[in-house]
Amino acid sequence: MSFLEIENAVKQFGGLRAVDDVSFSLERGEIVGLLGPNGSGKTTLINLISGALPATSGDIRLNGMQLTGLRRDRIARAGVARTFQLVRILPSLSLMENVMITAVFGRNTHWGDDAKRVAMDALDMVGLSARATAAAGDLTYIDQKRLELARALAAEPEILLLDEWLAGLNPTELSEGVALIRKLHQGGLTILMVEHIIDAVRALCPRVVVMNSGQLIADEATDAALSDPKVISAYLGGDVDA
Amino acid sequence: MIRTVLPLIALALLAFVPFLVSDYGLGLLIGAATYVTLASAWALFSGQTHYISLATVAFYGTGAYTVAVLNEALPYGAVLLCAALIGGAMALIVGLSTLRLRGVYFVIFSFGLAELVRQLITWYEVNVTGTLGRYIFLEITSRQIYWQMLALGAATIALTAWVNRSRLGMALRVIGDDETVAAHSGINLARVKIIAFVLSAVILTLAGAITSPRYVYVEPSIVFNPTISFLTVIMALLGGANRLWGPALGAVPLFLVFEWLSSNFPDSYPILLGLLFIGVVFLFPSGLIAQAETLFRGRKEAKE
Amino acid sequence: MLTTTLILGLVLGGTYALLALGLTLQYGIARIMNLAYGELTLVSAFVVVALFQNLGISPLLMLPAVALCGYGVGWLLYQVMMRPLVKRSGSSGRLEVDSILATFGLLFLIQGILLVVFGANFTSISYLDQGVNILGVSVALNRLIAFAICVAAGAALVLALKKTKWGLVMRAVALAPGSAPLVGIDVNRIARQGFALGSALAATAGASISMYQTFSATDGVVFTMKALVIVIMGGVGNVPGALAAGFGLGLLETFVATAIDPGLTLAATFAIFLLVLLWRPQGLFGARS
Repeated sequence: MSFLEIENAVKQFGGLRAVDDVSFSLERGEIVGLLGPNGSGKTTLINLISGALPATSGDIRLNGMQLTGLRRDRIARAGVARTFQLVRILPSLSLMENVMITAVFGRNTHWGDDAKRVAMDALDMVGLSARATAAAGDLTYIDQKRLELARALAAEPEILLLDEWLAGLNPTELSEGVALIRKLHQGGLTILMVEHIIDAVRALCPRVVVMNSGQLIADEATDAALSDPKVISAYLGGDVDA
Repeated sequence: MIRTVLPLIALALLAFVPFLVSDYGLGLLIGAATYVTLASAWALFSGQTHYISLATVAFYGTGAYTVAVLNEALPYGAVLLCAALIGGAMALIVGLSTLRLRGVYFVIFSFGLAELVRQLITWYEVNVTGTLGRYIFLEITSRQIYWQMLALGAATIALTAWVNRSRLGMALRVIGDDETVAAHSGINLARVKIIAFVLSAVILTLAGAITSPRYVYVEPSIVFNPTISFLTVIMALLGGANRLWGPALGAVPLFLVFEWLSSNFPDSYPILLGLLFIGVVFLFPSGLIAQAETLFRGRKEAKE
Repeated sequence: MLTTTLILGLVLGGTYALLALGLTLQYGIARIMNLAYGELTLVSAFVVVALFQNLGISPLLMLPAVALCGYGVGWLLYQVMMRPLVKRSGSSGRLEVDSILATFGLLFLIQGILLVVFGANFTSISYLDQGVNILGVSVALNRLIAFAICVAAGAALVLALKKTKWGLVMRAVALAPGSAPLVGIDVNRIARQGFALGSALAATAGASISMYQTFSATDGVVFTMKALVIVIMGGVGNVPGALAAGFGLGLLETFVATAIDPGLTLAATFAIFLLVLLWRPQGLFGARS
């Protein structure tokens, strides 16, 4: 039994199969890239795992526990933490409060000084601890992304889902971001990351899964996938079966 | 420490005021205490979550009507308990069915809820019991009403202070900012919203029950007057609905202004009311307390 | 019996549909949830009655002027009251709440003015109230005229939105206010037009209501509520949906009033409203998001 198991996951929107019978699994401590051209169903798959959308059919299990059919908050408490493609922070709360919420309502339900400590550690990890009392609404874009990651970390998750967390960063910030994700992985965290920046994927993920038009078209070592004709033609818009 | 002691001293002083004032003064005190309670209870749910409820009078009127129906059948304490239970049950039903709705749909539903409850009660009274109005004869003095309302108001503010520092309060603040983030952080949206909504509704219902003996004669069009919902919202907004003392701060001056307006300009009262409301929305969008803080901070920064 | 209910229901539904068209435009295009909508309707109804009683001008002849005045008032309201709120809220979700609160204030303001000017009594006029026989059911001519106005206005609006360039722009703003500027659409101008057009329809509905219905200065809330219920049932911004839902509500109310109890019509309206909200919040005819 694998740590995260996705079996025959389907998400149907009217006549469109956004996720079409996708199956793959992650082992504990693994870091895997989720690739695919725009509109191929990556974010929808992340939404299915985190419960933002109910799956039409199929099973998703974490550590043997069935996630499909559970509410978002139950899935969060089961140890699934995520970031959002369009960054979502809580503008009227302080950085500390932004991060503390997952410590308080997440898996380990910390409270008081205990929750503050967890939140502070998470802020420290992303380099924002010096500004813990500032209002989140005043942050720059990159700092908002950092804050969102800190919030996911304060949940002390079993698995972290990153939805294009590295997108929109400049080269310096990008290398900092890559180093940060590597550090999290080395700390034992299981990570599934949607990412378009191939250099970052190459640097971080030994293995990738690739989607196109809702279907899984590759699940292999990163180097092999990036030279796989099916993957290349998917990205270039050619016929998948060619 | 001082944050607990000062309000307690103020409460003790306020409890003595009825011995010093005329009947008219006592009436004003009761009115002010009632609106402080209503605005604070409204803000307990709507202030943090930004779910604007226009249903205050649905609960307030239900409380008053419960007393009107039961005052001869049960002892006073039991009547209050019944009112609280009915208000709570109503809020639970409304909450379970509507709190899943997004902002504007919730507002619209709450907007019509008071009217619906009024129509149902009117229909029931006319068709089933055959009476429309009811009299309340209770041996309760105005002073006793004032003390009860003062206690309820103090309890509401104390409860809000406690909620603000609890996990519930934190969850409400997060919901007010972003429900999606709240859910993905492990917050059970429905449960949090319903708990706060029911707490708020029970207090609103009790407030209606406690003031009802002052009406003496109760009928649906009197106790389900939508102006009450309207005043409650504007008062909480003026002071700052997400602050502990905001609703109280907004309620006292506005109540006095409304009293003065309604006795001096009875004809144009609704016009002035509407203008005041629009003024508050335009001039104090985040409430007096928050705006005073910003101003103060701005001055301080300018000096530095 | 059934034919009577059906015909009377459809005629009533016509007025409701007309009432809801304006609100669905205001909310769908301008994103303003106008709680004072019913008051605008009432103002028009009162003015029409006053002009008819004092100067003897026929309500039917007044219709074009009423619609034009409604447009002007809506234009002004948007410019003076709503535009600052739109500006203030930027892209955050505050406009919805702010507009609800501001128009809630406006509701009391207009109601107060109506009470001062026209008093709290019920008003009605007798105008073209001779019965006309339709399939054996006698329907007052004024109700039929109101019905015809609704059908004409509704059909014109549906055609304009579907077939003209102006309609395309309107629909673009309703669907994606965020991306409309990217293709060179002045969202502010379109929102103002949508709001003004909504007010024009509110005024037209008021004029047609004044021909046959008894009303008082405090009835605005009821009109707003019914229009809101229809808008949500039809799907926000969905003009054919609002028409269909308006007729549906008219039928439902007539049925409840004749078959069950006239005192329960509003309760029935609400029950339907709640069911729709819970079952399909995007409206009976809206696309699934």
